[in-house]
Amino acid sequence: MSNTLTIALSKGRIFKETLPLLAHADIHPIDDPDKSRKLILDTNHDDIKLVIIRATDVPTYVQYGAADVGVAGKDVLMEHGGEGLYERLDLKIAKCRLMTAGPVENKPINGRLRVATKFVNTARRFYAEQGIQVEVIKLYGSMELAPLVGLADRIVDVVDTGNTLKANGLIPMEHIADISSRLVVNKASMKMKHQRIKSLIDRFSEAVNKN
Amino acid sequence: MLKKDRWLLPEGIQEVLSPQAKAMDQQRRVLLDMYHSWGYDLVEPPMIDFLDSLLTGTGHDLQLMTFTMTDQISGKLLGVRADMTPQIARIDAHHIKTDQPSRFCYVGRVLKTRLEVFSQTRSPLQVGVELYGHDGPESNIEVLLLMIETLRAVGLEGFHIDLGHVGIFRSMAKQAGLSEYQEDNLFDALQRKAVTELAELLSAMAISEEQKRQFMALVDLNGDISVIEQARKVLDNAEVQKELDNLETIARGILARVPEQSLYFDLAELRGYNYHTGVVFAAYLPGYGQEIAMGGRYDGIGKTFGRSRPATGFSADLSYLVSIVNQASETRDTIIFAPVTQDTAQQQSLMDKVKELRQQGQRVVCELPGSGSSAEALGCTHQLSHDKGEWQLMAVS
Repeated sequence: MSNTLTIALSKGRIFKETLPLLAHADIHPIDDPDKSRKLILDTNHDDIKLVIIRATDVPTYVQYGAADVGVAGKDVLMEHGGEGLYERLDLKIAKCRLMTAGPVENKPINGRLRVATKFVNTARRFYAEQGIQVEVIKLYGSMELAPLVGLADRIVDVVDTGNTLKANGLIPMEHIADISSRLVVNKASMKMKHQRIKSLIDRFSEAVNKN
Repeated sequence: MLKKDRWLLPEGIQEVLSPQAKAMDQQRRVLLDMYHSWGYDLVEPPMIDFLDSLLTGTGHDLQLMTFTMTDQISGKLLGVRADMTPQIARIDAHHIKTDQPSRFCYVGRVLKTRLEVFSQTRSPLQVGVELYGHDGPESNIEVLLLMIETLRAVGLEGFHIDLGHVGIFRSMAKQAGLSEYQEDNLFDALQRKAVTELAELLSAMAISEEQKRQFMALVDLNGDISVIEQARKVLDNAEVQKELDNLETIARGILARVPEQSLYFDLAELRGYNYHTGVVFAAYLPGYGQEIAMGGRYDGIGKTFGRSRPATGFSADLSYLVSIVNQASETRDTIIFAPVTQDTAQQQSLMDKVKELRQQGQRVVCELPGSGSSAEALGCTHQLSHDKGEWQLMAVS
């Protein structure tokens, strides 16, 4: 493991939008993650591997050094806390916004505001900064449903076009943060594989600035 | 707790069995002997202490990490030590009445309320040294060399040493006249090398463009020793220049004694920013995504105990070090099996033989009658058998 450079990516949008950046650094995956069931993908370099994991697991893999670098959304990093990681570069890909949303007709709220989200820490911190204590309900998906069935008064989620919200009678309310993907680096790897990671960062930032 | 779950241990709490426990104790002795030969005095701070004294010096970094309870005698809050450094500071400030440099070493379990990000244990076996009463680079060199020797003594090789200096950022923040809040925010962004957030924070600050540029430059000031030269050109601040000299003296001092040691510099490394005052250092091992030993300078840590002296030291989790080394090599001890015999005369000569072997430092296990054990079943490598009127040592196949 120690001579290999391992890059952690998540399937889907992040993988697709990271490919051109990797290509600029002359890294080409040999297998296609959509067709292959392999979790470790070989590349055209013997000593560079890609690992394909869930987006929320990327910071954990990189933090523990199971991967040297990774691409993770700022939403995931905010929720994770990002301790022990370097968020070295904004890749300006997979852009969206982290927002609160609620029903179109603004019903008066009795007692504590109930917020459904998968970003539990971020939601609590955001409302605390507004001076509002909320009851956070952890969900793993389909947040938009929660206000409709009376499970929550608000949701906190990433918003791209806003179409899903609209289709479910919700409107975006407060803007929490602009989200884009970051290149995260393990602290120890940054120190021990400095040359290789530095040149990867340089290649990536060239590609980012070109776009 | 269900009856069937009663064997479970709390999270992050381990039982240590042999050969791990034995290896740990052996290494403990090796290290304490080495510190002794370097002139460091062994001290044993108490397991529990008044919470107030445990938390002084290190700021609030330790507050959440310390288990607390109420003392039935004084009515005050007690804490279980989560770090021994503040306790050593009190020993130096209160008990050692000398203006000469004092050297201390220690080893013992500490307890933390939470698992730290990388750690697998809440109860590390903290081993380390402290050097009080000298503020020059020479004391840092001595402590850092001792850290390198410690890692070598437990059998580790090929580790990297990471060097930083928290005074650089501190002097820059002071020169720019940052508020505590601004400094905290910048510290957080720098520690994560989060370039985007750093740029956002700086753009909102009323400081000169040149100062902003210098803060941004810190993110990239890492790499080999040439970083120091680069920093001299980029960071225009008299204090910082002095700190860079200090850092370089320490690095050259290490290289003069261990030329093959790989050094890495990171001027934005701000670990323990709340209590460190100068150079900070840590050791990393390829394949392990975390520090295996760390230390630095923390002058004035004993101030709240009535005496402020320069201080530097390092510490490591010995149980973690031993677990890394053990993965690499596992040797089998010689164990001798002494069987039960019915013959009284033979029994006497067997006991004499066993005593003799044990005095030679051999490991002998005596069979207990009725247990039906054999040398193989007990994992013994040798066996005593009676042959030609005396007890002979035979290898177990």
